[in-house]
Amino acid sequence: MAPFDIQSLNSTLPYYLIFGVIGMGFGAILEMSGFGDSRKLAAQFYLKDMTVLKVMFTAIIVAAVLISGASALGLADLSRIWVNPTYLVPGIIGGLIMGVGFIVGGFCPGTSIVSASTFKLDGIAFAGGVGLGTLLFSETASFLGNARHATYMGRFTLDELFGLPMGVVVILLVSMALMMFYGAEIAELYFGKGQKVDKKALIPSRRPYMVAAGALIGTALMFAFLGQPSSLDRWESIAKSSGVSLKNRDPYIHPAEVVEWRSDNNVYVRVVDVRSEGDYNKFHIVGAINASLSSLEDINFMKALKQVPDNTLTFVVSNSELYATAAWKRMVGSGLKNVYIIEGGMNKWLTEYPTDPCVAQPITGRKVGTEELAFSFFKSVGDNCYAAHPEAQYKEAPTDCYMEAHPELKNKRMKAVARPVPFDSGTKKNFKRKVKMQKKNSTAGGCG
Amino acid sequence: MTDSKQAKPYINPYLGGALLGVVLFLAFMITGNGLGASGAINRVMVAILELVAPNHVDRVGYLAHMGGGTSFSLESSGVAMLVGTILGGFASGLINRRVKVEIRKGPRITNTTRIIMAILGGLIMGYGARLARGCTSGQALSGGAVLSVGSFAFMFSIFIGAYALAYFLRRLWN
Repeated sequence: MAPFDIQSLNSTLPYYLIFGVIGMGFGAILEMSGFGDSRKLAAQFYLKDMTVLKVMFTAIIVAAVLISGASALGLADLSRIWVNPTYLVPGIIGGLIMGVGFIVGGFCPGTSIVSASTFKLDGIAFAGGVGLGTLLFSETASFLGNARHATYMGRFTLDELFGLPMGVVVILLVSMALMMFYGAEIAELYFGKGQKVDKKALIPSRRPYMVAAGALIGTALMFAFLGQPSSLDRWESIAKSSGVSLKNRDPYIHPAEVVEWRSDNNVYVRVVDVRSEGDYNKFHIVGAINASLSSLEDINFMKALKQVPDNTLTFVVSNSELYATAAWKRMVGSGLKNVYIIEGGMNKWLTEYPTDPCVAQPITGRKVGTEELAFSFFKSVGDNCYAAHPEAQYKEAPTDCYMEAHPELKNKRMKAVARPVPFDSGTKKNFKRKVKMQKKNSTAGGCG
Repeated sequence: MTDSKQAKPYINPYLGGALLGVVLFLAFMITGNGLGASGAINRVMVAILELVAPNHVDRVGYLAHMGGGTSFSLESSGVAMLVGTILGGFASGLINRRVKVEIRKGPRITNTTRIIMAILGGLIMGYGARLARGCTSGQALSGGAVLSVGSFAFMFSIFIGAYALAYFLRRLWN
């Protein structure tokens, strides 16, 4: 599934050739469209020649329709496509500054390169100026301090802003662009050719344009109707290509391995607990995030879950494996890396790492494998007991109920009492290590 | 002058835009990323600076992340794309007979004014492009195609900035 894992080619000749060929297409098309001529570009801002607007917006809507279509058809994984993160204020101020540079110099960086490639001296001068400008910024970036990172909103797209499906936003975008083109044609007539704009000129008459516009809107409608794949759909296509098999129990990790990872300082380990809030409050692993299955359908929640460093390892847990597996599919489907399921769920965890018998005891005679907590808790301990953090080596004060059960300890000084561990935490556990930490598919940013 | 030496006319802007959209789409599908130019220009400048003042490159944070220590600032996908852009532009210019040493300017200014203005405009543009984390291609075009909110805000800011100043600078172009 697209995009290809191009980083695996990094620093090889084919890697650079691919980018070189894309650049050639880019440069050739800009040149063919007249972007090498500063007068043509500047005329945009006197409404005489609207080529810049036409080329730019046609490119945007054509690419947007194709990209949303590739995703709707299951050919591309959007979560692996780089979306310029939004830094709203620096973007707006930078844009305004660039607007000034555009009208003063008559180019933007890309077009000046194209102009320079056909030996236009003003293009070469402008490109040199851009170089100086970027250096000036490099030298002064530290003075701007954190201001240049202000209003950071991460990966933030129009469909999220408006709360509409992507396909609908693409249709709206295409419609907006078509209206702008209509205005641009009239502006060119009036300002560019000095013609009077009468009623006849206002009626769109050029058939090829109308056919093309209709075709684009039609395609966008079709893709919007198909809709974007849900995280479950995406999981299915990812599962096919990644070779991770539920049947072979690849993503199920023994609690002891989880504990081992939790004591690894090089890895940020987190647990997502998808049980009910009641069960979560009774007992959970230290630091576990409580999330309902439905909250995993929420884009914003998922986004927050995804904004973690590369060395993050996520374990999903429910009482057994059923809900955890459902949650795991959604998380993998939304592009989260290094996600695993705790084998046997919380019920197995509490068997491997039992609590004080006075805190909880197994319920006898219940069906194995159901999504019910197989332990009855006499009180809610949350994460305040040994089983919630078996990796911690520190000694802890015995629980109240433990003291009640052991009256002989009463007169000893509490703090000094080493934890008498009646549980089998120390014994070696037999398990196969399965976690394979994966590096994030990092596609670096736009112009960087 | 014979007909064969005349520069050929530019292609229809909508056709050009559609072709550009396809290239942009292919770039996303193959590399997971869009198009760009200004970052690569920055890297070329760092490489030049590296020849003149390597220690300076290592000391300034923004430069060091591109060419500090033993890393070579030209080793980047963006620079490969920049080289491609130059070659592609040159090839198209050659085929369409537009490769010619000349200066394009408004009728009322001298060549010197045009060149000074081009350098000044480029300087402003380069600074703004780094602040906005991308130029018209890397930020507006690529981000716009994947519906980034920031890219649209940025794009409209460029047009606002240019239109706001266009009247006062009309002597440059008309």
